[in-house]
Amino acid sequence: MSQHTSSTRVLVVGNGMVGHHFVDALCQQQMGAEITVFCAEPRLAYDRVHLSEYFTGKTADDLALTTPEHYQQQGVTFFTDTKVVEIDKSAKKVKTNHGDWFEYDKLVLATGSFPFVPPIPGNDQPHCLVYRTIEDLEAITDSAKQSKIGVVVGGGLLGLEAANALKQAGLETHVVEFAPQLMAVQVDAGGGRLLKDKIESLGVRVHTQKGTKEIVAGESCRYRMVFGEDDFLETDMILFSAGIRPQDALAREWELEIGPRGGIVINNQCQTSDPDIYAIGECALWNNFIFGLVAPGYTMARAAASHIAGGDDSFSGADMSTKLKLMGVDVGSIGDAHGRTDGALSYTYENQPKGVYKKIVVDGEQKQLLGAVLVGDTSDYDTLLQYALNGIELPEFPESLILPDSGEGKPALGADALPMTATICSCHNVSKQDIVTAIDSGNGSLPAIKSCTKASTGCGGCSALLKNVVDSELAKRGVEVKKDICEHFAYSRQELYHLIKVGNIRSFEELLAQHGKGLGCEICKPAAASILASVWNDFILAKEHVSLQDTNDTYLANMQKDGTYSIVPRVQAGEITPEKLIVLGEVAKKYNLYTKITGGQRIDLFGARVEQLPVIWEELIAAGFETGHAYAKSLRTVKSCVGSTWCRYGVQDSVGQAIDIENRYKGLRAPHKIKMAVSGCTRECAEAQSKDIGVIATDKGWNLYVCGNGGMKPRHADLFATDLDTDTLIKYIDRVLMLYVRTADRLQRTSVWMDNLEGGLDYLKDVVINDSLGIAAELEAQMQHIVETYECEWKKAVEQQESRKRFRAFVNSPEQDSNIVFVEERGQVRPATAEEKASLNDSQRIAIKELA
Amino acid sequence: MSEQKWKDICELTDLVDNSGVCALVNGEQVALFYLPASQSVYAVSNWDPIGEANVLYRGLMGSVGDTPVVASPLYKQRFDLTSGLCLDDETISIKTWPVRLHDKAVQLAC
Repeated sequence: MSQHTSSTRVLVVGNGMVGHHFVDALCQQQMGAEITVFCAEPRLAYDRVHLSEYFTGKTADDLALTTPEHYQQQGVTFFTDTKVVEIDKSAKKVKTNHGDWFEYDKLVLATGSFPFVPPIPGNDQPHCLVYRTIEDLEAITDSAKQSKIGVVVGGGLLGLEAANALKQAGLETHVVEFAPQLMAVQVDAGGGRLLKDKIESLGVRVHTQKGTKEIVAGESCRYRMVFGEDDFLETDMILFSAGIRPQDALAREWELEIGPRGGIVINNQCQTSDPDIYAIGECALWNNFIFGLVAPGYTMARAAASHIAGGDDSFSGADMSTKLKLMGVDVGSIGDAHGRTDGALSYTYENQPKGVYKKIVVDGEQKQLLGAVLVGDTSDYDTLLQYALNGIELPEFPESLILPDSGEGKPALGADALPMTATICSCHNVSKQDIVTAIDSGNGSLPAIKSCTKASTGCGGCSALLKNVVDSELAKRGVEVKKDICEHFAYSRQELYHLIKVGNIRSFEELLAQHGKGLGCEICKPAAASILASVWNDFILAKEHVSLQDTNDTYLANMQKDGTYSIVPRVQAGEITPEKLIVLGEVAKKYNLYTKITGGQRIDLFGARVEQLPVIWEELIAAGFETGHAYAKSLRTVKSCVGSTWCRYGVQDSVGQAIDIENRYKGLRAPHKIKMAVSGCTRECAEAQSKDIGVIATDKGWNLYVCGNGGMKPRHADLFATDLDTDTLIKYIDRVLMLYVRTADRLQRTSVWMDNLEGGLDYLKDVVINDSLGIAAELEAQMQHIVETYECEWKKAVEQQESRKRFRAFVNSPEQDSNIVFVEERGQVRPATAEEKASLNDSQRIAIKELA
Repeated sequence: MSEQKWKDICELTDLVDNSGVCALVNGEQVALFYLPASQSVYAVSNWDPIGEANVLYRGLMGSVGDTPVVASPLYKQRFDLTSGLCLDDETISIKTWPVRLHDKAVQLAC
């Protein structure tokens, strides 16, 4: 009681996300405060925003935001399982549920909120649960094990998160919402309708406009939720997620000012009615508003910490715009989403087949953006948010901001248009001014600015915008934007290519000695390996090259999550004899491999351990197979339809053409993977227009399409030339590919490469078709060299003792990795989960077959 | 340190230049990396605590500044080969062992 030293004693009640952020913020103030934390839960702060990931295998430790050791290092005293039950404001001390008293100079209430459970008769039975803490999740997991059907009451943001959790747990999942639509706070009626469709298509049943009258015993399930006469839903468990209420009981009982509908009243410094007591996060009421999101809570935490340390940060409200993914559905909401501002007008775009809904709300003058709703596609969110937050004047036709790009490009929001106050990174509250200041104090590159300002190190959603701002500010200062591949080489990939070719450099060691520094890294080594292969085409497992390869290239197979590999033999154009098909089946059976047909018309064999790879390949090679390069940045497959040989509509032999093309370009190392396809007629069954190189038969020859791709950001290929004969077709492909190999950036697909060529498609046509640079013959000759020096890497690897040594699991033991464990699913093996590994006894494990 | 016993694990010829191999030592998987330029050997746990699999020896070896590192083959996080610290997540580290070359043998203190 009497040991009061000169340092400020700060007690923090509650260790949720906001309480924890406050502790961090106060430690950063370095005022030497003596911090004591009381945490009612059995563990320290964890990430409640990503709570549903607990059901996809994340553990409590994964979700933890701090550790006891970390708090100890910071000198923070903490008590878990400890509640504060009494506040003595005049003596400035608090009492815990264990009966201990603690004195304070400053008291911070970060008690959060509790889930609201509607007063429905029968809501207090077993298997009627809430969703907020890890303990709640444990209870839900237990209950789910004894249930088949689960209902979430509440169709808001948290309710849909909870429904996702039930679905992950394998239950038939329903959402019951009192309002006529889902997410009524953030989304308007049109967006809500689409959201409901999308969520139902994912297998979750949504019941809107349903109020539960009582919960009684069910007939086919444990409970029956009664909505009205003859209107009911049977379920085994019920999760209430009908909103939150501020946890203000302590403040209420010890007479701090409370709002009429709850919440501890605070000012801009987050002080309550007692100036030595602060409240932050979901328990606090600012300007009659509770902020139920984490970002405003963090801002309050920083404001309170600053005020305690004598600083002048304050809390002046927060933007409640959100962008999130609910069950894989993108949802965004900005500002006045419902258009409630006087005189507001709106523009709506809806694309039902694609499941996209976008609305913007503007002022009567159509000059300012007031709000927006985005469902199914949130790619415009960042731009719209900048318009709304910074009051940037809208373009002449505001609808162009949400309409699909008609090819002329959307009006770009240049980095220069943003005011200095514009928030670029909202996770770390970094403004454009902060970035400009960082540049002016000598941070001349994107990584330096990121580490100095922390911008774009949270969710990463602002990374493109940040790059724009940085590039534009650097350009203004006359700084050339660096394209260095990494810290070891001050060159771009294209420059390295020239250094290697012109300097006749044959190994990474030479390249590093002549042009680089350090040891290299996971970026420059594979890039150099790829360039060396494109230029000289030496064996990639040769002694001087082996340490450069990514693991997939080193082991000539694709690493899977458990450290085993998958094997994809080449099946040219997807044509395979019954005999070869049987060999694949027999090999898979012998080595107990999981088999799956790939999207590229091949067969993937999964679950091979590293030491099994050479033995399996010996058998495959003996049967006439060769490597499929599925592991490499190189040509993967040439997909084909069956063509004129069989098809009633085919006009050319697409299979034969695809086989020839695949055999020509197999093994070509490139900046990224390359996919191709050949269709036998205009019906385009081989989907050639989604490939880097697409060929479509016409009655006069072949149409060539270039630079398309599927994947994360699909792009249609562009028509490059029409009605070509086969010789010209191959010539053009040779030239396009070799130019790509020479000039693209590392890991740049052909589509992005072409878009970045000055002049784009027209320039490419000029170089390839008209030979405007006079390099066509050289490009073809280089391709011919690659074609003529092709060797099957696997054939060479199994023949050479030195390369085979690499495939030992242990250099000093014949044992196998005991962490690789399989279980059976649908008649095949799959990797056991961590839980399964822990619970299986030896006899239940699927035996790993012995090597032949 | 005086109690430490140096134990032969494998031959120098078992190591791969500028890259990793794995040894089994008292039931633990130890990833061994070899830098021929400075004749240095590094020994760290083969367990990738982020990818949760025994794969680190199959990662790419490189440097960040003067620090030798390996990048996990699964999700590319980099680990300092001398301290075991993860450069991309300071809350994570992996076990390291004292290791040396003795004649043509690779020896671990354990």
